[in-house]
Amino acid sequence: MNAIKNYVKRLFLWELIQGLRVTGKYLFARKITVFYPEEKTPLSPRFRGQHALRRYPNGEERCIACKLCEAVCPALAITIECAERDDGTRRTTRYDIDLTKCIFCGFCEESCPVDSIVETNNFEYCGEQHNELLMTKEKLLALGAVYEQQLAKDRAKDAAYR
Amino acid sequence: MPEIRNYTLNFGPQHPAAHGVLRLVLELDGEVIERADPHIGLLHRATEKLAENKPFNQSIPYMDRLDYVSMMCNEHAYVMAIEKLLGIEPPIRAQYIRVLFDEITRILNHLLWIASHALDVGAMTMFLYAFREREDLMDCYEAVSGARLHAAYYRPGGVYRDLPDTMPHYKVSKFHNAKEVERLNANRQGSLLDFIEDFTQRFPTYVDEYETLLTENRIWRQRTVDVGIVSPERALQLGFTGPMLRGSGVEWDLRKKQPYEVYDKVDFDIPVGTNGDCYDRYLVRIEEMRQSNHIMKQCVEWLRANQGPVIVNDHKIAPPKREAMKADMESLIHHFKLFSEGYCVPAGEVYVGIEHPKGEFGIYLVSDGANKPYRLKIRAPGFAHLAAMDEMARGHMLTDVVTIIGTQDIVFGEIDR
Repeated sequence: MNAIKNYVKRLFLWELIQGLRVTGKYLFARKITVFYPEEKTPLSPRFRGQHALRRYPNGEERCIACKLCEAVCPALAITIECAERDDGTRRTTRYDIDLTKCIFCGFCEESCPVDSIVETNNFEYCGEQHNELLMTKEKLLALGAVYEQQLAKDRAKDAAYR
Repeated sequence: MPEIRNYTLNFGPQHPAAHGVLRLVLELDGEVIERADPHIGLLHRATEKLAENKPFNQSIPYMDRLDYVSMMCNEHAYVMAIEKLLGIEPPIRAQYIRVLFDEITRILNHLLWIASHALDVGAMTMFLYAFREREDLMDCYEAVSGARLHAAYYRPGGVYRDLPDTMPHYKVSKFHNAKEVERLNANRQGSLLDFIEDFTQRFPTYVDEYETLLTENRIWRQRTVDVGIVSPERALQLGFTGPMLRGSGVEWDLRKKQPYEVYDKVDFDIPVGTNGDCYDRYLVRIEEMRQSNHIMKQCVEWLRANQGPVIVNDHKIAPPKREAMKADMESLIHHFKLFSEGYCVPAGEVYVGIEHPKGEFGIYLVSDGANKPYRLKIRAPGFAHLAAMDEMARGHMLTDVVTIIGTQDIVFGEIDR
C-alpha cells in the first residue's frame, strides 16, 4: 500500500508541488528587502566602523599621546609621534591610521583611557587611491567633529557595559 | 592509433563552486574522476606565526579570520587554551553567553553551508532563505560585539561586555512608512535575549521549509544520495570530526564526550547518520540546527533568570571597568599594563579542542612563560576533510565533485590559516 502511495506521489511530483507551495507563499508574502543606500539596517551602538579622534566639549583634543592604542593594535596600523606643546601639555604631532591594515577589532577604542580614538558607525568610507585610506590626525579630528553627536550618544548608551 | 590519455582539469581557484580558493587538479576519464588532487595554500596568512609575535589577547581578532563563517567558535578554542594555561575559569554567566553564541555560530555556519551547498547543486531558493535568517543572527553578533562577522568578543576569563538591554531599531524611510517600521521593529522592542528568543521560536518553521524544499526533492536526492560514501571505520582513520563523522554513523561530539563550559547542563541530542553519504550529512546538519536552537532556548532562559559578572575580576588578566580605570590609580596602572604588555602565562603546553560547527577545532599552545605564545598550532577540521577529497571523489562524475566539496563544508580561512 505504501509503495503504491509513494509511486503515485512521485508520479504526480508531490514533493515538488510541496516545495512550490513554500516558494509560492513567499512570492506573495511581504518583501524583506532593505533598499540600501536610501535605507539602512539598524546599527548597534557598539558598531565598529571608520575611526575618528574626539575632542572635549571645550574644543581641546582628547588624545594625550599615551600610545596605548599603538601598542595594542594587532595589525600595527597606528603610528603616533608626540611632542610637548607650547602650553606644556603632551600632544600628538602625528597620528596616522592605515585603514588598509586595520582589522577593525576595536582594541584601540577599548584601550584609550580618554575616549579619544573611537570607531564611528560609518561603514561606507572608500577611496580610489591607497593614500585616501591613510588617515592622518587632521582627517581623524575632522571626522570626529562630524560624528561627535552620534559618538557621544552611542558611548553614553554603552557606558554601563564597559 | 593514438594512446588514450586521461584529461587533466584545473577546478578552481576561481571556480564559484570551489568555496574560496580551492585548486583541485582533476584527472578525468571522460567525465569520471580518476584522481582528485587538492592544492591549498592560496589563502595562507601565517596566523600561527603572527601569533608568536603578539601578546595573547591581540591574536583574538585573528582567530575570527580562520574559519570566517564560524567566528566565535574559533575564538572560543583560543581563549579556552589560554584559560587552561592560566588555570582560571570564567564566571558562569560568561559560560552561558559563550554557549549561546557558540550555538548561534553553529546555526550561522550551517545556514551558510546549506545555502552554498544547495546553490552549488542547483537550488537557488535555499540561498535566499538561509541568508534571510543569517541576517537576524548577525544582528545578534553586532549587538554584542559591534561587528557582524569578526566579533573579537570572547576574552580569556569571560566575554568583553554583557548582553545589551536594547536592540537598535529600523528608521522610517521613503520605502517604509511608520507603520511598516513598527512591524519591522516588533521583535526589537526588548533586550537582545528577547530578540534571540523570538528567533528561536521562528527558526524551527524555517528549518521545516528548508526540509520541504530539499529533503524529499528528487533532484536533491539524485545529487546527494550515495555520493561520497565514507564508512565509519574509514572516517575514523581519516581523522574526520563533526558532522562528517556523525554522518557516517559514529556518535562523537565533544560537547557530549568531554563537555566544556556548560554543555553538561543543557539538554540536547547528537544526530547520527547511517549511510555516510552526502544526503546523510545533510540530514545530520539540519538536525544539528534544530538542536542548536533547542540549546539557545535553554541558554536564553537561564541568562534571563541569572545575572552576574561576565568576566573574571582578576585585573591582571581582564581590564578593570572603565569608570574604575578613570577614577582609581591602581586600576589605571592595570589598564595600561594589560593593554601594553598583556599578561604572562605559566610555561607549559596545552591542547584544547572544541566542537566547532565543522568538527573538532583545536588549539595547541606552547608557552615559555612570556606574554606571547611560544608556538601556536591550529587544528583545522576542514584540513582533514579536504585530505579525503581524493578518496571521496574517485569514481564519481565531475558534477559530484561539487557536491562533495559542498558536503565537506570547506572554508579556506582555516585550512590555509
